[in-house]
Amino acid sequence: MKMTGAEILVETLKREGVKHIFGYPGGVILNIFDLLYDDKDIQLILTRHEQGAVHAADGYARSTGKPGVVLVTSGPGATNTITGIATASMDSIPLVVFSGQVPTMLIGNDAFQEADIVGISRPCTKYNYLAKDVRDLSRIIREAFHIATTGRPGPVLIDLPKDVTASKADFTWPEVKIRSYNPTYEGNRWMIQQAANLIAKSKRAVIIAGGGVIISGAHKELKELAEVTNIPVTMTLMGLGGFPGTHPLSLGMPGMHGTYYANKSIQESDLLIAIGMRFDDRVTGKIDAFAPHAKIIHIDIDPTSIRKNVRVDIPIVGDVKRVLTVLNKMLREDMKEQWDEVRKAWLRQIDLWRQERPMTYTYSDDVIKPQFVVEKIFELTKGDAIISTEVGQNQMWAAQFFKFDRPRMWLTSGGLGTMGYGFPAAIGAQIAHPNKLVIDIAGDGSIQMNIQELATAVINKLPVKVAILNNRYLGMVRQWQELFFAGRYSHTHLEVVPDFVKLAEAYGAVGLRATKPSEVESVLKEAFKIKKTVFMDFVVHWKEKVFPMVPAGAPIDHMLFEEKPEKEEKKLKAVK
Amino acid sequence: MRHTISLLVENKFGVLSRIAGLFSGRGYNIESLSVGETIDPQISTMTIVTSGDDQIIEQITKQLNKLIDVIKVVDMTELDHVEREMVLIKVAPRQEDKAEVLRLTEIFRGRVVDSSKTTYTIEITGDEKKIEAIIELLKPIGIKEFVRTGKIAIAREGVKKS
Repeated sequence: MKMTGAEILVETLKREGVKHIFGYPGGVILNIFDLLYDDKDIQLILTRHEQGAVHAADGYARSTGKPGVVLVTSGPGATNTITGIATASMDSIPLVVFSGQVPTMLIGNDAFQEADIVGISRPCTKYNYLAKDVRDLSRIIREAFHIATTGRPGPVLIDLPKDVTASKADFTWPEVKIRSYNPTYEGNRWMIQQAANLIAKSKRAVIIAGGGVIISGAHKELKELAEVTNIPVTMTLMGLGGFPGTHPLSLGMPGMHGTYYANKSIQESDLLIAIGMRFDDRVTGKIDAFAPHAKIIHIDIDPTSIRKNVRVDIPIVGDVKRVLTVLNKMLREDMKEQWDEVRKAWLRQIDLWRQERPMTYTYSDDVIKPQFVVEKIFELTKGDAIISTEVGQNQMWAAQFFKFDRPRMWLTSGGLGTMGYGFPAAIGAQIAHPNKLVIDIAGDGSIQMNIQELATAVINKLPVKVAILNNRYLGMVRQWQELFFAGRYSHTHLEVVPDFVKLAEAYGAVGLRATKPSEVESVLKEAFKIKKTVFMDFVVHWKEKVFPMVPAGAPIDHMLFEEKPEKEEKKLKAVK
Repeated sequence: MRHTISLLVENKFGVLSRIAGLFSGRGYNIESLSVGETIDPQISTMTIVTSGDDQIIEQITKQLNKLIDVIKVVDMTELDHVEREMVLIKVAPRQEDKAEVLRLTEIFRGRVVDSSKTTYTIEITGDEKKIEAIIELLKPIGIKEFVRTGKIAIAREGVKKS
């Protein structure tokens, strides 16, 4: 039976198991929107901006492990997706983005709402397609899902000219065969053996776990590796939740705003086991001074990640879960080490560092400290909440003070650092997990970057909670200005606009505010009780900074710490 | 160091821009590039000359391999191989130099493929050194313009580089 391109597309999506699409309609994509209008199996969630749609699909994907699907129109609809696609690309998130395109005949003619989205999105997608023939459509869509979700995942875009979705062809269901795309899943056994030997020989080993652990679903295998060999684990921003944050072997996050003891351990280690991470500059600091005494084992599915930034002694290309399964077996069965004995001195040393500089902040009775809000959220939820963040101080405090014990509970734009990510991502996660508590930890700057999605949350009756750490500044930039630009706060002061409580109410959401530390708990408790979208405006200390901090380009053990409180007060007066 | 990298790629639209984008997005330079169909019309071969230290070349070959449309990547520099380039040179010699141009063409086993009252167009094939040499020799005589194809390379059969 002949079907239109739009019908083929919808049928293919159903067979791929798609239940939700995030999108925004427009002229050339109407063939598909019309079909989805009364479809029983696929729900289309209308966002209020295409960027919001992509972030929502991204939050959906991160919280479930399934690919997020986006449907937008041509021209501006398509270009508005770029920030979202680049965000997903940097963090290896599987998305399939469908963009409308002007009819094939008009492509290249500067037609109304035409943009060369295949050209524009090329560097920030894993792959992209211009579907020129309706007979190729089901194959292209199947390939797109395959490419997006396998190997190192990533976003794939399919551009759909209007005539292709309108013209007819027989429905086909071809097998996916891409001769030039064969990700390596099994690690080289000999290399894994070498890694096991090094682990057995090392006295001061550290594991750095990245987002690859979560993508590969290897949290159990990682925990086993750490517990069997008694090696402490530090989790990168993307790796939080890949290893339990409350585990005694957890060192928290490394790098620029990492813990003192994680950075110290890396710098003093004789062996680094890097798992599913890519040595981002925020993790390594000054590269020449990074882990100077360590041999490095690097396990990653993407060969280009290996030896890109740091020297590697044992490179293992493969899927983290499969490699760790083999490695654990070797360590358990072939090695007769007395692991507890071997690590005793090293773990004792790390404990000393932990006591010397714990991850902490100075509590105040008068003003709300943003860290206190994050701690309270952790305490009240007992860690059982999906947390998304915006980007900046809010993101770092959330990463530092919320302990993630399970994977896929943490949604944050790590690589691209996209302000405005957290709220739509929380919406996407809430769609996927209607009964879970989903909280966006936001700043007053970031939340305004996709504030229009309040409508999406309210209309879809999503009980998303947004905790705004409102310091009236672009806090992280202000922090840099204070530390490196002599306190000249160029264009980082946002004043007190808007009134977030009234704004939430204007959209039909609930707005709550806390101005004193004593109000924080009651505001959170009330918000968690309300089955509606809630904005919480926490008026926090404007001058609070994220510590510890490694200045950009410095070695990671050259850290700045919080100053003594009395000194802080003096400086505060001088500036005001 | 300079490397000659040979690729087998899907013969589809957009492939060239993916490869060019890979280089430009990382600030690597393509010194020469030539593309042509293989015996299988669905596959093209590309020969790219680029330069960089070992780490850069390793990244380039890995990144090329990562591209979905790239089937195979071979760094020819690591193999015993034959490489050739062709140049078309339009020379405008003075009357007294005309014989010299023809003599040089013969020495370099080239051919005159076009001539006018004032110019000869010469075709020369060879490795890079040979092409550079003929250009150097013809320069003082008067080159109007020249066009080079870029390098193509093929591995030698059954020979391992010592």
